[in-house]
Amino acid sequence: MIKITGNAFDPWKELATFQCEMNRDGEFGACANFIGTMRDINEGDSVNGMFLEHYPGMTEKHLAKIVDEAKAKWDVLETLVIHRVGKLLPHDPIVLVAVWSAHRKDAFEASRFIMEDLKSKAPFWKKESIGATEKQAGKTRWVAKNTGGY
Amino acid sequence: MSIKVLYFASLKEVFGHGEERLKTDGLNTVGKVWRQVSKGHDISQQVLFSVNQEYAEASSLVKDGDEVAFFPPVTGG
Repeated sequence: MIKITGNAFDPWKELATFQCEMNRDGEFGACANFIGTMRDINEGDSVNGMFLEHYPGMTEKHLAKIVDEAKAKWDVLETLVIHRVGKLLPHDPIVLVAVWSAHRKDAFEASRFIMEDLKSKAPFWKKESIGATEKQAGKTRWVAKNTGGY
Repeated sequence: MSIKVLYFASLKEVFGHGEERLKTDGLNTVGKVWRQVSKGHDISQQVLFSVNQEYAEASSLVKDGDEVAFFPPVTGG
């Protein structure tokens, strides 16, 4: 399942609900998950908020393609990808990627693959609102580049 | 021949709008469309291309009715 949401979400509840509803108890022996959370500091500056823009249509298509590629490469039973868009505050979860499989190798490697591809190719853009200091108040900046994950 | 052109993130701010229709007579590749729309703008950052919501190259062909998008490197996750 792939979800792009403009609302705050609880990744732990989403994981529990999805795992219950997918109804594959006994088949999976592994669930690997990654949760990305908004920090309140970046490049030495305090960050008090963020706007996450995306390309409606292409984002969903690209995520579906990544998940299909992962399913072709590894033995995957189920996947769950949730990504937040719109206005976020520090500590808000941004992204959840979870993969269920029979064995840990497939779960670890497929979830890593999906996450790294999402970070480097899925069309999302972050704009940070900077400022704990008066001088910085009201200042915004686009995040130029994601850090490498490997 | 006309296409839909989309701009995202910092490029949307540079152009002042996120979407426009463009007559593309003679502009048969993404690179040519980009040269046309970016004329007069000072854009030093890297720009990525897509056609019909799939990544494309400057040499990718553009045809009537296509959706072409220009955007900076992605920063999601």
